Amino acid sequence: MKTPYDVPYMERTRLYYEAQGYTTPYQWAHHEDTPFSKLTKSLPQSRVGLITTAMPDTEQGRAERKLYSTPSRPVPDSMFTLGLSWHDTVTHTRDVGSFLPIEALLTIESEGGIGSLASHYQSVPTAYSQRQTIEEDAPAIVDLMNKDEVDVAILVPL
Amino acid sequence: MSLVARYLENSGIPTVVVGSALDIIEHVGVPRYLHTDFPLGNPLGTPYDREMQRQHVDMALDLLDKASQANAVSRSPFSWQGDAGWRDDYSRVTDANRAALAAAGEARRAKQRAMKKTNPKQQIPMP
Repeated sequence: MKTPYDVPYMERTRLYYEAQGYTTPYQWAHHEDTPFSKLTKSLPQSRVGLITTAMPDTEQGRAERKLYSTPSRPVPDSMFTLGLSWHDTVTHTRDVGSFLPIEALLTIESEGGIGSLASHYQSVPTAYSQRQTIEEDAPAIVDLMNKDEVDVAILVPL
Repeated sequence: MSLVARYLENSGIPTVVVGSALDIIEHVGVPRYLHTDFPLGNPLGTPYDREMQRQHVDMALDLLDKASQANAVSRSPFSWQGDAGWRDDYSRVTDANRAALAAAGEARRAKQRAMKKTNPKQQIPMP
């Protein structure tokens, strides 16, 4: 059997778009330094925020890819993932728990492992425009999380 | 998503990213990253496997709690039990699909041109 290897997604994406006639390759942001914040509370005291790249499976969520803030309860039965880059020839996204851990976090909350799950989770578009992400979506998420008194955040891109 | 993690962290909200695209996440650089070696779409593990998904959330919380410096990376011990060829399959360009991809690109650009006229703010999705 072939040895497992880490899939070179950046290279595959570049070649894939090149084959589609896109001549300027996408440039992922690159940083030498990475910010780091220490936890100010223990996890059993912390309120946990959640961010996904999947859109709400609503008329609006299916029509427009943008930032959404959606109540964490009830746990959604489905999310809209069409058009996002995921491996649709070998798997599916019908099980929300496989990419959005609301149910798991509610269980952990009930066990006392975290203080609480935030009242809302955020859907963020995987925008081509890094400016859109940095100047609009990310600040809006920080505002939403501050209003929800979020202490720590889990981000799960598809 | 990595850029959002960095922004949150700079704003004082500690983050952990759980994902399956190691090269992209490491290229951008995030404070804490749990890598799950699964096909894109199921970063928390096999669909309907609640026990595995729970363990991945526990690992993410553990990393959040214990990491002491930026670019902390953990790898899940679980592996994909489906098609063994999935790594070779993703977005692979071959002679068999080259013409179809070129046509799809042209169709996509035409759609985007039309979309720009009706909804200039609509974004073009990228991985």
